[in-house]
Parts: sequence; structure tokens; C-alpha cells
Amino acid sequence: MSPAVDVRQVHKHYGSLHALDGVDLRIGQGEFFGLLGPNGAGKTTLINLLAGLALPDGGQLSILGHDVVKQYRDSRRLLGVVPQELVFDPFFTVRETLRLQSGYFGLRRNDAWIDEVMHHLDLTDKADTNMRKLSGGMKRRVLVAQALVHKPPVIVLDEPTAGVDVELRQTMWQFIQRLNRDGHTVLLTTHYLEEAEALCNRIAMLKHGRIVALDSTQNLLNSVVGCRVRLKLAGVLPAALLPQMIEQAGEDYLLELPSYQALEPALAELRMAGVAVQELSLLQPDLEDVFLRVMQVEHEVARPC
Amino acid sequence: MLSFNTLLYKEVLRVQKVAFQTLLAPVLTALLYLLIFSHVLEQHVEVYPGVRYTAFLIPGLVMMSVLQNAFANSSSSLIQSKITGSIVFVLLAPIAYWEFFLAYVLASVVRGLVVGVGVYLAALWFAQPPLQFPAWIMLFAVLGSALLASLGVVAGIWSEKFDQLAGFQNFIIMPLTFLSGVFYSIHSLPSFWQGLSRFNPFFYMIDGFRYGFFGASDISPWFSLAVVAGCLVGLAGFTLALLKSGYKLRL
Ligand SMILES: Nc1ncnc2c1ncn2[C@@H]1O[C@H](COP(=O)(O)OP(=O)(O)O)[C@@H](O)[C@H]1O
Ligand SMILES: [Mg+2]
Repeated sequence: MSPAVDVRQVHKHYGSLHALDGVDLRIGQGEFFGLLGPNGAGKTTLINLLAGLALPDGGQLSILGHDVVKQYRDSRRLLGVVPQELVFDPFFTVRETLRLQSGYFGLRRNDAWIDEVMHHLDLTDKADTNMRKLSGGMKRRVLVAQALVHKPPVIVLDEPTAGVDVELRQTMWQFIQRLNRDGHTVLLTTHYLEEAEALCNRIAMLKHGRIVALDSTQNLLNSVVGCRVRLKLAGVLPAALLPQMIEQAGEDYLLELPSYQALEPALAELRMAGVAVQELSLLQPDLEDVFLRVMQVEHEVARPC
Repeated sequence: MLSFNTLLYKEVLRVQKVAFQTLLAPVLTALLYLLIFSHVLEQHVEVYPGVRYTAFLIPGLVMMSVLQNAFANSSSSLIQSKITGSIVFVLLAPIAYWEFFLAYVLASVVRGLVVGVGVYLAALWFAQPPLQFPAWIMLFAVLGSALLASLGVVAGIWSEKFDQLAGFQNFIIMPLTFLSGVFYSIHSLPSFWQGLSRFNPFFYMIDGFRYGFFGASDISPWFSLAVVAGCLVGLAGFTLALLKSGYKLRL
């Protein structure tokens, strides 16, 4: 079975900038895959190469076994891309836009599916409104709908929720998750790490055009050693624990401990100082911790003294 | 096939949705030229024996409108969709580069011909040039507008801003049309300018087109046809190569 997305040793230069520096990535069919990384890491560049919006300087990319350069018509038919930029054609209404997009993909009578997509994205009321008159959030929904008109087996979303209200995020994710359950592969880039954590089964982190982490979401979360403890104290934190404190607001403290084993000695410290613990909660590590750590480590490695 | 049809349909729909600018305005412009030039020159110039100057002028103006609108259509449609970014919808689709080319060129030919017919019909009110060989008229109108549409595709891809496109229009298209014999027969020019005109493809398009009306021309319509067809083949080949390479469209 061909992988949904296969990227091998891909390089892309913009002038002297090495936007992608030997990227290798395989995404299996049916995965919900997250591509994370700071601004300028090369996420959009990688998506552009997959979509044929840019051409690679080296390496190969294929969608379900179809090379994106040599078999561009097949690979594009299999791909639905929601671009990062909020673009639209001001000449047309929402329905015209979706019908045209269907036609570009060779679909003649597609109204039943167009209606369904519009329904799931709460666009039905706006079907006959000109694109110019839509709010940013509505335009974003149309972009998502456009990417889905041809029921692509591989769906790519480049920061689809940037600047979008909570309501749309929820409706959109419900719909995308349903498509994923039906077998569509999803590749997502997002700035909202909690979104990636909740949705993606596997995650790659990109930095300066290189993949610096690639694993299942669970393994990445498990890789965070140590734990965070939120405490409400009847008194002041003993000086011995100050190095571990990362936040304080009145009597509320947030401590970061190197491991769960460090918890007991910390509590012992409090007991000996006579400071009573009024509330205590352990915080689960989240993707943000992983993200920051991966990006930091890489930073240190990348800067030889 | 449906992909191509859809892109062609979209391009024609775009012309229709802004018909005031794309169809009506060019007809009015051509009529203004007609009004002014025929008024000023009617008494002074007789290019072909027995043909009133206004009648002589009409085919030239019609062809000029056809050519300019064919160019304006593909170039402005492309640059608009590049600037708004909506060109990605076409670039993402499984549309072959040659389908892309044909759709933009055909839509522009359609706009050129519609404007041409509009100018012709409106001009009939001023004078009625004969229609000796309608097939030659159609042939030159179609080939000429396809040539300019192809040039418009190149200009639209190459330009990044409207200013650059305007430069293309002001420094290439306008001088070449005005120096092509729209308003006069090149035989009335000094020999140096006559010689120079022979390097201007617009001259052959207009002269051949006019032949279809009067059955008379500055040079043989067959020669004009060969020049225009040759230019079209060359430019189309260049444009296709540009599109295939992804120049400025697929970065
Ligand atoms: N068309 C382009 N021309 C020049 N530089 C570009 C172009 N596209 C992207 N870049 C550069 O490549 C790098 C990666 O950009 P991008 O892929 O958009 O990052 P991300 O999507 O991860 O924020 C950035 O430094 C960006 O400025
Ligand atoms: Mg990006």
C-alpha cells in the first residue's frame, strides 16, 4: 500500500535560503498527521511542493504513489489543499466558487456533495452571497469547502484555524474528523498546539527546513520527563524550593520538578518548613512543553560555540 | 476535458460579469476615435479609389479593438488572479499547462471578437465598408486575437504589479498598433517608416483584415497570413514552454 504522502530527501532553496533541507517524511493512509514548527520553518513550503504550487530543487514527493511533478494531474486529483493565505475570487458567489472548483476537478454534477459540505461548514445561508461580502471566518470556511469538493483522499490544511472563531473551529474539526474516520488522510499545520494534540495521531516538528522530531503524539508527550505541580500554600515557599518555581501569584505556586520521584522530597521540605499545603494538582505535560523543549535543544545543537 | 471547459467558462463568465468595462467601454473608445478621425480627415484623405476615409478607417479600428481587448483580457485576468491569490485554485487543480493556455487564449479571443462585432455594428452608423471576403475577415480576427491573447498570457505571468502590465501596454502594444496602419495606408508614409512598418506584425494583421473588407490591401493577404500564423505559432510555443516550466507561477 503506497503511503498517502511520501517525501524523500526534499530540498528547496529561495535564493541563499535553504527553506527545506533534506526532508524525509512518510504519512500512512488514514492518518491524522500534524506538521508543527515556528514561523518560517518551511511548513507551507513543504505543502506547496506537495500541491505543485512550487517545484522542488531536489528529492521526490508523491501522493498515494503518484509523483507530484511527473504525474501532476493524478497527484493533484488526490489532494485537497486549504491554503494558508485567505484568498478568494471576488467575481463569484459561494456556490459559483464551489461549482467552478468541482469543474476544475472534472466533476460535472456535484451539487449534492456541495450542499453537504456547505451544510457541515455552516455556509448554507451564504450560498448565494458574493465572496467579497463574506467575513474573514466565512471566507476561510469557503476555502475549506473548496478543498473538499472533489472528496480528496488526502486533505491538507495549512493553518486553517488561524484567526478563526471558536465556533467554526469546532464545526470544522467535527467535519474533518468524520472525513478522517471515513478513511481520508489529513495533514494539518497549526499554531494551536492543543488542537494538534487533540487531533493528530502522529506529529512531525520542523525547524529551519529540517525535521527535528517525528513520533506518535503519545510518545512525544511521554518524552517529557519531569512534572509540574500547582500548589496553594498557607505561607511562603521555602527558599530550598525556589529554584524549581516557575510561576507565582499570591499563594499559588507552579513548580517544575525533574521527575515524579522529586515530588516526595519537595513535600517533605514544605512539611519541615511548617507550610501547609491547601491544594495540590499535578499537571499533565502538554504538546507545548514538548514543542518548546524540541525547539530549544535543536537551538543549542545548531549553535556550536 | 471538463477541467478545461470549466476554466474557459469561468474566464468568459468573468468578462460577462464586468461587461461594462470589458465590452461596452472598448466599443465607446473606438467610436470616439472614429468620430474624431473621420471628422478631421474625411475631406483630406482617400486611401483606395472610391473608398471614403471613414469607411477605410472602420476595419482598422475594429481590428485594433479586437487586438487590444484580446491582450487586455488574458493579461488582466492573470494579473488580477495573481494579485488576489485566487490563481491557486487553478494551479491546485489537475489542469494541464496547455489546457490553461488554451482556456485563457480562447476566452480572450471571444472577448476580442465580441468587442470587434460591437465596434463594427456601431460604426455602420457612420459609414458602410463593403464585406468582400468575410472568411479572410474572420481568419485574421481569430489569428490576430489569439496572437495578442498569447502575448497577454506572457505579460500577465511576467508582471508582478499593474504598473508593469501598464508598461507593457503603453510601450509595446500601443506604439505597435498606432504604427501599423490603423489610421492610414503605409504607402502614405515616408519610405523609412514604410520599411520599419514591415517589421511590425500588427501591420500584417490589420492589412490582411482590411483586405477582407475591400478586396484591396498594401500587400498580399497570403503573405500577411503567413506572417501572422508564423508569429502565432512561435509565440504560442514560447508561452507553452513558459507555462510548462512554471515560470513565476510555480515558485
Ligand atoms: N516564494 C518565496 N520566496 C522567497 N522566500 C520564500 C518564499 N516562500 C517561502 N519563503 C521563505 O522560506 C522560509 C519558509 O517559509 P514557510 O514555508 O512559509 O514557513 P512556515 O509555513 O513554516 O511559516 C521562510 O524563511 C520564508 O521567508
Ligand atoms: Mg506557513
